[in-house]
Amino acid sequence: MSPALRRHAPLVLVALLVLYPLLPFLDWAVTAIFGVRLQLDRQIINVMIFAILALALNLQVGYAGLLQLGIAAFFAIGAYTTGILTVDKYPFQLGFAGALLCAPVVAGLFGLLLGAPTIRLRGDYLAIVTLGFGEMTRVVILNLENITDGPRGLNPIPEPVLPDWLRDGLDRFLPADRIDLAAIHWIVLAALVGLLILMKNLERSRAGRALVALREDELVSGCMGIDPARTKLTAFAGGAAIAGLAGALYATNLRTTAEPNTYDFSYSIMVLCCLIIGGLGSLRGVVLGALVLLSFDNLVSPLLTRALQEQLGHDSTSVFANFANWRWLIFGGALILMMRFRPGGLWPARKREVDPATKADA
Amino acid sequence: MLTLAQQLWIGLTNGMVFALIALGYTMVYGILELINFAHGDLFMLASFLALTLVGLLGLATASGPVVVVGLLGVVLACAIFAALINRTVDRVVYRPLRNAPKLAPLVSAIGVSFVFQNLGLFWGGLPLDVMGGGLAAAAPKSFPDLIPSTNLLGDGAAFRITAKDLVVIGSSLCVMVALWLFVTRSRLGKAMRATAQNPLAARLMGIDVDRVISATFLIGGALAGFAAVIYGLYVNTIKFQDGYQNGLYAFTAAVLGGIGNIPGAVVGGLVIGIVRALSDQYIGAQWQQAVVFGMLIALLVFRPQGLLGANVREKV
Repeated sequence: MSPALRRHAPLVLVALLVLYPLLPFLDWAVTAIFGVRLQLDRQIINVMIFAILALALNLQVGYAGLLQLGIAAFFAIGAYTTGILTVDKYPFQLGFAGALLCAPVVAGLFGLLLGAPTIRLRGDYLAIVTLGFGEMTRVVILNLENITDGPRGLNPIPEPVLPDWLRDGLDRFLPADRIDLAAIHWIVLAALVGLLILMKNLERSRAGRALVALREDELVSGCMGIDPARTKLTAFAGGAAIAGLAGALYATNLRTTAEPNTYDFSYSIMVLCCLIIGGLGSLRGVVLGALVLLSFDNLVSPLLTRALQEQLGHDSTSVFANFANWRWLIFGGALILMMRFRPGGLWPARKREVDPATKADA
Repeated sequence: MLTLAQQLWIGLTNGMVFALIALGYTMVYGILELINFAHGDLFMLASFLALTLVGLLGLATASGPVVVVGLLGVVLACAIFAALINRTVDRVVYRPLRNAPKLAPLVSAIGVSFVFQNLGLFWGGLPLDVMGGGLAAAAPKSFPDLIPSTNLLGDGAAFRITAKDLVVIGSSLCVMVALWLFVTRSRLGKAMRATAQNPLAARLMGIDVDRVISATFLIGGALAGFAAVIYGLYVNTIKFQDGYQNGLYAFTAAVLGGIGNIPGAVVGGLVIGIVRALSDQYIGAQWQQAVVFGMLIALLVFRPQGLLGANVREKV
């Protein structure tokens, strides 16, 4: 890749994603090529939401080095906050914009609440606390049926509406369902791009460098005047808030909070997988990881299963014949292999070169 | 009152299984400071092996003495199986990461845990009669009721003690005493305690630390294999997700007793068993997980050194 192209590649990608909802024929083309309806429009939104969630975890695990195994809990809190604030059952009915503002705040508060007493715990104990919190949250949401509608989930969640002038403009050359899609697509895209810019700046800011310093050596960075507990807690609550934002977008996209068991431990681990595969602390890597993981689930796995079942024919009821059943073997194996052979991930974070002048002094 | 006593008894019996699994967590943690996430799933795999062997040997329809001999064989096979797998995983996965950042082996252990779960799912899909003919791989498998579960106090008695309970408690106690004697009396046990206290100093004193670690994984695995057979016989249903939840409960037990502390793990296991039984009875079974995990969080926040307080020292 030439340097110019390399520099402009992200911009081109974003521009393509902005234009995507205006090009409905792309979906027809993809359907024609693969022979199955892949719902590419919905998949792109899913990947972007998943990438936002992964960026939240990246703030906690990648930058701050806090192993968090319960990110699904904050995702769920965001989704359910959106549900409670918007569905007909409750008197709030704030609509999409209100929920989008409140969900990160509520999730962030839960993050503070959990983090304040536990952030000082050693790494592996913190991992277990967050795991326990994640499972507890799921069980509580499932059991408080009066509030959360239990296994049915809260629905219907209203969809975002575009401003009238834009809607009228699009009305002329797009079908109605495509306009609804465009609304959620653009909102999610804006959130993702905004977050990426924010994270990029964080990497170069005082707060971001303090986090990385803490991750590398808590003792030394403490001596350099960084307050470990405070810095870590900020990162933890910040990650929780972003996960809440992802949850709000997720619920809005699905138009329901989905059933509570969606937000289980394996969901948290899937997000962690995405970081480890893409590259801990690497923004490009995290987005790549989200793309790889969801492509496996929604593209590779169904296509392979179809191919396999065509081959086997008679034995298609067996567990082995469905590729979806192999996913944890593959993801678990990926975790093991990545840790052993490529701890930086597929697309690792670039380490800033040490200035040769200062290096000579050291 | 009688309900309370009955729940305590049930909790105690269940607690034995948690205690056996917790021992595997606590021993590995004591030496490597690694939460061996896959330990619960190892237990699950061993329970699937137990069910497979019971099916192949036809124990469900065999007569009394054959069942006893057969079960001893199954216990032995499961213990060896789990011990060898545990040691192999350590050799292949954890050992190369000994000098890596501390979270690397933990993430690997989570990976191993998911690989095991997936293998359990596939195992349940094998075309065996005991596995339901391989039709529904993920469905719970019924484990034949090989030990009589009639009430020893008579059919109409208000309190229920079964031969099964006594077998579970008795055999678990025997194994725990044997482990205790091994750790306190034998040469290798002494080396283990030394390594847990200070691996570097132990190495300087001529202890082969790698051998000690291997032995720890072997013993922890064997205990999980034994627990798996006991669990299958006692609960009579196994499924491939069992390892995850029981493993977490057992880990809670290990933390409760003070992680790294061997008698602590047993006490913790019994406490968890009892808490679980009481919460099922008085709060509701659907809250069980929330109660146990809530307890785990509170414990880690307020008393991370556990009830019996092992030497939890941050190694800088």
